[in-house]
Amino acid sequence: MSPHGNPEAPASSAAEVATEAAKVPAGPATPAAAAAEAKAEATDRNVWPIWEVFVRSSRGLSHVHAGSLHAPDAAMALRNARDLYTRRNEGVSIWVVPADAIASSDPDAKGAFFESPQGKDYRHATYYTKSEGVKHL
Amino acid sequence: MSTPETKEAHTEGHGDISVGVSGAGASGDGSASATRITPGNALRPEDIALQVSRGTAKPSEDAAEFALRLGDDALVLAQRLGHWISRAPELEEDVALGNIALDQLGHARSFLSYAGGLNGKSEDDLAYFRGEEEFRSLELFEQPNGDFAVTIARQFVVSYYQFELYRRLTESTDSTLAGIAAKAVKEVDYHRDHSAQWVLRLALGTDESRQRIIHGFKVIWPYVDELFRDDELTGRLAESGAGVEPSSLRADFDRLTGEVLAEAELEVPQVPAAGGGGRQGKHSEHLGYLLAEMQVLARQFPGASW
Repeated sequence: MSPHGNPEAPASSAAEVATEAAKVPAGPATPAAAAAEAKAEATDRNVWPIWEVFVRSSRGLSHVHAGSLHAPDAAMALRNARDLYTRRNEGVSIWVVPADAIASSDPDAKGAFFESPQGKDYRHATYYTKSEGVKHL
Repeated sequence: MSTPETKEAHTEGHGDISVGVSGAGASGDGSASATRITPGNALRPEDIALQVSRGTAKPSEDAAEFALRLGDDALVLAQRLGHWISRAPELEEDVALGNIALDQLGHARSFLSYAGGLNGKSEDDLAYFRGEEEFRSLELFEQPNGDFAVTIARQFVVSYYQFELYRRLTESTDSTLAGIAAKAVKEVDYHRDHSAQWVLRLALGTDESRQRIIHGFKVIWPYVDELFRDDELTGRLAESGAGVEPSSLRADFDRLTGEVLAEAELEVPQVPAAGGGGRQGKHSEHLGYLLAEMQVLARQFPGASW
């Protein structure tokens, strides 16, 4: 979840992080699909590979997934990212990652994969009552 | 604007983070969203037009002519580059060339707005209602796009020339020219990087791409000499400190382009220099067609807006 999210107001940044994460392409679901993809890549060498772009909007914040693009190599991917995703002062730093270097959780496994934390209120700071006289809480 | 304020209220208590955010506000940006946008803070063409109309900035006759020259260079190149929209090898490169075109258009608007201040003309008057012989752009800028390699070769030469020019103009005694140059030099610095990256990739890529960039430089290089020709105007401006002698840029241009060309294992083409004459309004056959396309709407429907 969001590193600085407030559990009492999860609507702001926590939700943003969650939706952004969902946009990352899941990648090939099965080994067969991966093999087919690799084969397609090998036969069509004219297509530039896809890169995922992460933009940090200002110092002290984290990089956030902004989208993806085509580029022949990492240096050009950074430049294309600059042109496509920072046209309106969105960022001070960019990361680019080859899309096939990202491993992602299986979108269909939502229940089992993410069920455990549900109902475990004690994992949130708000579960606990504030002790009297403790400053800076 | 209520959202960012709410957010700031929420982050209170995470002391160092919120301090970091508000402290980083050089561009007024303090949000975690990658899609948050700000207009930024820089000298815009509109600011110059406003200064000119208020009379707080008025060019000398020489400075106006100089601004007209640089404005026309940028305007003609912007029109050329704009042609690549939807035609570049990849969508990403389409946007890159479009961005460079828009940078150049911005410089043109600033320079022309300032030049027009001499006798009350607007940037549009100068861009749309002058004939071919009234344009002061150099021949290099109107050269046809050719294939992608020719465009990259032209952009490579232009951006290394403009960088040296604008870098020096930031010290101009004419504060408006200095201001325009200060904004432009950072953008042109990126144009240098973009074109140098492509020169390297085309030259060291496949046999085909290498032949293309070699051909591109051969086509473009005859127009390099004209960039560095001095005349009476630049002499007077250099003396007053408002401008620079183009010839004084040549050594740095040769050195820096030479470094990239050497890395790309390319040689400076040995070709005779073209005649030139753009600063006197003598242009190659290409400019007329370019202007016809650029000006047709404004001339057909004077005062049209959308």
